Amino acid sequence: MANAILLDKKDNVATCTTAATAGEAIKILGGGEIVCVEDIPIWHKVALKKISAGEKIFKYGEIIGEASSDIEAGGWVSHENIFSVPRDYASEMI
Amino acid sequence: MNFWGYKRADGRAGIRNHILILPTCACGSETARIVASQVRGAVNIIFNTGCSDVQANTDMSQKILTGFACNPNVFGVVIIGLGCETVPHAKLREKIKSMTSKPVVSFGIQEEGGTLKTIEKAVRAARDLAAEAGLQQKELCDISELLMGIECGGSDATSGIASNPAVGELSDKLIDLGASTLMSESIEWIGGEHVLAKRAATPEIHNQIIKICADYEEHLKSAGQDCRAGQPTPGNKFGGLSTIDEKSLGCIRKGGTRPIVEVLNQAERPTKCGAIVMDTAGYDISSVTSMVAAGCNAIIFTTGRGTPTGNAIVPVLKVTANAQTFSWLEDNIDVDLSGIIAGDLTIADAGDLLLKKIHDVCNGRLTKAEAYGFSDIAVDHVCRFV
Repeated sequence: MANAILLDKKDNVATCTTAATAGEAIKILGGGEIVCVEDIPIWHKVALKKISAGEKIFKYGEIIGEASSDIEAGGWVSHENIFSVPRDYASEMI
Repeated sequence: MNFWGYKRADGRAGIRNHILILPTCACGSETARIVASQVRGAVNIIFNTGCSDVQANTDMSQKILTGFACNPNVFGVVIIGLGCETVPHAKLREKIKSMTSKPVVSFGIQEEGGTLKTIEKAVRAARDLAAEAGLQQKELCDISELLMGIECGGSDATSGIASNPAVGELSDKLIDLGASTLMSESIEWIGGEHVLAKRAATPEIHNQIIKICADYEEHLKSAGQDCRAGQPTPGNKFGGLSTIDEKSLGCIRKGGTRPIVEVLNQAERPTKCGAIVMDTAGYDISSVTSMVAAGCNAIIFTTGRGTPTGNAIVPVLKVTANAQTFSWLEDNIDVDLSGIIAGDLTIADAGDLLLKKIHDVCNGRLTKAEAYGFSDIAVDHVCRFV
């Protein structure tokens, strides 16, 4: 059994605190369990549900990027399959 | 809370009592190094600029040089110049003297007739300053005299989850005790700037924080660059940080939760007390350099992947929550916070532990980088040398 931490209820990824091997169950601190579908290195993210290309990735309850390809539930979320979306600074001014 | 420090004439307090051997430019750096090596209590910096610069780069170099000289951890200064640099030693000396009453002397290599003659005079001057510094007694200083710089470098996913929140807790505790903290690395607010801006004490500060990020991106764009190509770094990605946004949302947690009362330009001295932020690069060495020039007397530094870095005049206390990094790089990291990840150390308790550790550093305990004599420095540049 591997371990991961969920940082916010809005999140669709959790951070692995141990390495996980394909097929292994990951116990999520903060809620539930998921079986990983590929090897995930320690400190990397596991998708908690299927994330389609173009969907936003949430960690800390905030958007950390957008999926560039479909990611399966239990898949490895990394710089290879998510990217940073440009900011809209003008809309953030008060 | 009090600590034993060195009271300076300008009202600030140092936690160290260094003699700083300060080169005006790259050409004075080697001579400065040799002078410092000859005198106990003296430290030097290696300066990679000071010549062939556009005005904006010269302005930045001068802010760093004068800021280091005025830093409260410095008792006195020996300047080593060459003679043909942009701001010669006598001019730098007078500038520093107009900002501080501490002893400052200077020598020029071309004037003195070469390196050896300069070293001879400068060593005598540094020796006399060190002798005088030895007489200054430590006095009880209120914790409000602490301006702690907050830095992260070699981040991985443990930084945002554990060590940065722990340092955020420390920052909150210090501010509640009356001290001030300074968080920089504005490029690492991008993607989290809307969260950081919520801490602004005023709407103006809120907008300043957003504008700094917008301007940073524009600045890089004007040089045909994209911050997302360099951030996160390869090491960050290997450590599980996939985008600048993810890195930033973890980075800003090290600043804690108290209202941000002031936004500073790079290497600028604060005018307010409390939680302060500064516009600097995400490059940790450059960011620490700017915070030291702003007058920070201690730096706390979180890391995930591990780093040896230290500063010549300000102790850098390094902490990690990555158990493997702490055990593998124990000779470089001061505090192990991996208990947070293991579940046997709360963030609140980690904050208490860090308060004790930084208090010890204020009272004179050497950090590991300090004991090794590390003196990393990087001066940010606006554009190419000319």
